[in-house]
Formats: sequence, C-alpha cells, structure tokens
Amino acid sequence: MAELTTLREAIAGLVHDGDTVALEGFTHLIPTAAGHEIVRQGRRDLTLVRMTPDLVYDQLLGMGVARKLVFSWGGNPGVGSLHRFRDAVERGWPAPLEIEEHSHAGMANRYVAGASNLPFAVLRGYVGTDLASVTPTIRPITCPFTGEELMAVPALRPDVTVVHAQQADRAGNVALWGITGIQKEAVLAARRAIVTVEEVVDAFAPRPFQVVLPGIAIDAVAVVPRGAHPSYAHGYYDRDNAFYTAWDPISRDRDAYRAWMQRHVLDVDDFAGHLASLAAVA
Amino acid sequence: MTAWDTDEVMTIVAARELRDGAVCFVGIGLPSEAANLARATHAPRCVLVYESGTIGAKPEVLPLSIGDGVLADHADAVVSVPEIFNYWLQAGRIDVGFLGAAQIDRHANINTTVVGSYAEPKVRLPGAGGAPEIAASAGEVVVVLRHTTRALVDRLDFVTSVGHGTGAGARDALGYPGRGPVAVITDLGVLRPDPATRELTLVAVHPGATADQARAATGWPLRVADDLAVTSSPTGEELAVLRDLRARTAASRGGPTRPVRPTGR
Repeated sequence: MAELTTLREAIAGLVHDGDTVALEGFTHLIPTAAGHEIVRQGRRDLTLVRMTPDLVYDQLLGMGVARKLVFSWGGNPGVGSLHRFRDAVERGWPAPLEIEEHSHAGMANRYVAGASNLPFAVLRGYVGTDLASVTPTIRPITCPFTGEELMAVPALRPDVTVVHAQQADRAGNVALWGITGIQKEAVLAARRAIVTVEEVVDAFAPRPFQVVLPGIAIDAVAVVPRGAHPSYAHGYYDRDNAFYTAWDPISRDRDAYRAWMQRHVLDVDDFAGHLASLAAVA
Repeated sequence: MTAWDTDEVMTIVAARELRDGAVCFVGIGLPSEAANLARATHAPRCVLVYESGTIGAKPEVLPLSIGDGVLADHADAVVSVPEIFNYWLQAGRIDVGFLGAAQIDRHANINTTVVGSYAEPKVRLPGAGGAPEIAASAGEVVVVLRHTTRALVDRLDFVTSVGHGTGAGARDALGYPGRGPVAVITDLGVLRPDPATRELTLVAVHPGATADQARAATGWPLRVADDLAVTSSPTGEELAVLRDLRARTAASRGGPTRPVRPTGR
C-alpha cells in the first residue's frame, strides 16, 4: 500500500546499489527529480531500464551510477545525440557500459510479460535484423498451434520502477493522463514502485484517457512539483524545449557536464533547489 | 514563381505519397513534417498515428518529440505503448509507415543503430525505436532522408529495420506481412524498388536536380529509370502551407527550427 513520503526517503528505502531500476516516461511525465535523487544518494552498479533514455539518463550515465543499460531508443528528442550515453558506449567514460538493446515493440512486450508474471512475450518482429544477433534476449520461437516462427523476449522485472504522475489522492492512488506511455506496465512489472506527483488531491476528476494506478500497486508516493522538468506534465506545465537544446553543449564536454551536475544536482538539497539553481543562471 | 529550397521540395514530394484517408504511422522529424503537410493539404482525412500512443493526432504545430502534448490534445484516442504496437501496428491496422533513416542501402534496409562496428562503434546512433516493427508490419513504407553518400551507402554497418532484405522474395521468406518500402524520397529525387529485383531505382528527379547529381550522392552504382521523370514543381499552396507550418512551429518553440536529424523513430 502506498505510503505518502518524501522523495529522499523513498529512494533511500527502496533503491539499492546493484538494483535494476526503470525510470519510465514516454517524453511526457519523465521522473527527472527521482533520477537526481538517485545521483545525490550515490547509488552504484545499477542496471538502468528505459524505452527512451533521454536527458535524465544522460545525467545518470555520466555520473557512473550504472553498469548496464537496457533500452530501445537513446537520443535527445528533436535535438540529436545523448553525448554522455555516447561517451559511455563509444569510449567507456566514466566507466564501461554494458548495453542490452531492443526495439520499442520488444521492450513494451517485455514489460507486459513482467506485469503479467509470465516468463516471456512473443511478437512478430526482429526477424532479419542485426538486433537479433547482438542481443541475446531476442530468441526465435515456434508457435505450438500454427507453426509460425515468432520472436520471444524475456519479461522485464525491475527491482524498482519510478514514474511521475499528475496527481495522487490521500489513499495513495495515482492518476495520470495525456500520453501515458508504458508507465502502467512498468509499475506493475516491478517488485517495488515509487511515484512522484505534482500534487495530492481529495478526489480525481474524470479526464479523457486517464489512467489510475491503484495504491495497492505502489510502495511510495512523493509530492514533487515540476518533478518531470524539462519534460512536461499535461495540464500543469509545458515541455521546456529550450532546455533540451541547451543540454546539447553542456553534455558534449565532460568538464562542463560535471560542473553542471555539481552545481545543479549535487549541491542542491532537492528538486525545488534544482529548479531554483536553473532559474538563477537563466 | 516562388522559389523553393531542396528540403522544401523533399517534404512536399514525400507528403504527396500519403493518400487521403490512409492510416499513417509517423516517425519524428522529416517524416512528421511531410505527414502533417499532407494532412493540411490534400489528405485532410488521413489518420496520423505516433508511437507514443496517439491515434488521429492533429497537431497545430510540428512536434519536437514523439510524445509532445500537441499530439494528445486533439487525438481521436490516446492508448498505451503496448497497445499501439500490438493492437494497431502488429495487427495490420496501419496502411503506411513514414520513416527517416541515418543510413539506407540499395534494398531500402535501414540503419539507425551504429556507424562502425557494434562492439566498438565510431558513432553510436539512437537505436531502433519503433522502426523495425513499422518496417515489418505497416502495409507499406515511405522513407524520407537527405541524399548523401554517407546516408545512401553500399553496405549498412547494421541492419536495424528490414526494407527488401537481400532483394526479390526476401520479405516473403522472412514472413513479413507488409509490402515494405515503396518509395524513398530525398532532396534530389524519388527512388522506388524495381518490381523484379527490389533494388532502389531513381525514377524521378526534383526540378533543378539531375541524375548525375543523384549518382554522385549515392554510395552504390545507382540504377536510373529509362523514363526518368521530373517531379512536378511545388505548388504555391503546398509552399505556403509548409512555410506557415514551419513558422508557427518555430514561434511555438521560441526560435528557428527544422527537423535536422532524422533518426528512424
């Protein structure tokens, strides 16, 4: 049952060195604040999972918190490369990074299998691509009923999934709307789940395409206003496109990147402090 | 007569590939610009599907990412990522996929993964995203990319998404339901797979471009159709709508913008 707590306590209690951790969000509702808290608490040897690793994963990878990344598309959407991700893969900086690479369809089905407590998922894809030859977790399988050749991918079962949502109620149920991506499956596939929210409300209003995650599937809920910045929270704030562009030169240079992380992540107490530190240099 | 640049004619010619009423799975960047231009001109009833789960997206400005809020705002439906790939794409409900590419070969296979070897890449690209299954399961595929020898290569460093594989019959042998790439639109012209061999053939050049230019910008000996056509010039309406779309997009982002890095999403 979800406990209303602080993000610091949630990460301290639920994310451990060596864990497999998924911070999910498909452009929308990316749990940036939680990523920063993981860096501040000095977690190590993580296996990070994410369909679309973007800026917060670039920040995590450059600090050397992960030994492995499981993903399907790693870029700065609309801008270009993730330079810390590339530096880790191309030059092993700050440490060698093992990668396990899938397509979006493969990753999505892996979460579905995890949420369903099945060992694997099947899909029609990957055949004839080089992905199947470089990724051991893509294997052919024959349908026992029709004989059709399909591809199997193993379930993803993160130790911890972290997502950001618009609202929680006082019982710890969580509501998100707009593009809700893979968040429900990622939470239900995980052994432990942390949700950061914009605010706590007495009751959820009905909204088109709203997804409600019952509190029984969540361990900790923490209120972090603007906790998805620089991504957006539908109904609360827009995507900070200028920040995505600004990240490119910061992340290209190792020293500039480390100085940025020091000033805006390590030297602040929490995400409110992070946002204030960004406003101070704007 | 209004002048136009090569990127404009590429987008306009790509947009013409989208039939009115078609259900189109849209990659971000150049493909998204073309699909939205089509919706704003000759194909108002096309249904734009983005991998973030938006079906019938009607963005007023071009999305910078695949999951921008403008995609959800007026969509017919917003569904989960597993649903978009399983119930819509894999189930055969997509008529055409619009894709970009970092590299493409003569059989329209696509690389968006690495330049150089996989173990020690020279350039690590973003990766597959939704492209492999779009290429497999969409009814047909249109690829949009700029024409350079770095992009149209003799041999892919990595096959991320299968076009026509090794040539004739390859898709059937792989069990792929979709017809695969039917057109590759560049800033120089239009390439289509030969009906027999499935090798990309230059069938048209844009006004002002030549077959020799296209040959020089292609990393393999490019086949050119005997009856090479010239694409019809952009109309005043096409140019006006595209420029208005770009201007409104730039204004919404607080700065100038172009889809600069097609990466196969």
